[in-house]
Amino acid sequence: MNQIKIQTEPFDLAAIQEELRRDNPAIGAVVTFLGQMRDINEGDRVSTMTLEHYPGMTEKALQAIVDEAGARWQLLGIRVIHRVGPLHPLDPIVLVAVASAHRGEAFQACEFVIDYLKTRAPFWKKEQTAEGERWVDARHSDDAAERRWKRS
Amino acid sequence: MIHMLYFARLREALQTGSETLDYTPELTSVSAIVERLKGRGDAWGEVFADDQTVLVAVNQEMCDLSTAVKDGDEVAFFPPVTGG
Repeated sequence: MNQIKIQTEPFDLAAIQEELRRDNPAIGAVVTFLGQMRDINEGDRVSTMTLEHYPGMTEKALQAIVDEAGARWQLLGIRVIHRVGPLHPLDPIVLVAVASAHRGEAFQACEFVIDYLKTRAPFWKKEQTAEGERWVDARHSDDAAERRWKRS
Repeated sequence: MIHMLYFARLREALQTGSETLDYTPELTSVSAIVERLKGRGDAWGEVFADDQTVLVAVNQEMCDLSTAVKDGDEVAFFPPVTGG
């Protein structure tokens, strides 16, 4: 029902949504988040970005996030695809697609998965700018986004 | 033997992505490993300095300094994650 993929090659947004929604008439809503590479970060033009990850742990961390989403909401399928390796502006980086009977669950679960992915999945971005290479720093706003989902 | 992995900024600063550490009985926790690595000085001392944020995973699960380790474990150090 759920699928997680780490890959260097591009992915086809429409094909993934189609594969997720077809064949299951119980699905009434599909919410998809697509993250794509920007050409500017921290005020500097970025020409290329390289994504590194921790093979093995990445898949486990994403599986744990997907399992947690499945436990919190009534869902009918999740797809998480994350690219690694060299990327250029406009390239899709990550896709999270969630199917459910009604839109509320799908919207919430989709946002939950990407928020948790940002702080818990072992990926690291390195940017190439005119001034040279630099590792991207983690954002406090991502930690704040994750905290919204904490259960008391 | 402890299987060590270093990622991203740490891998570059330490100039190594992996190594094996001889297991000795005092290596009971992540903090004991950190102390041993710090003792190497230079880049190791800088990377693991108290003011640096370094994350750690034992056997591919995020954990912290107090986490126990045993012979044969995989221990990875890396900076805060920036995917998505």
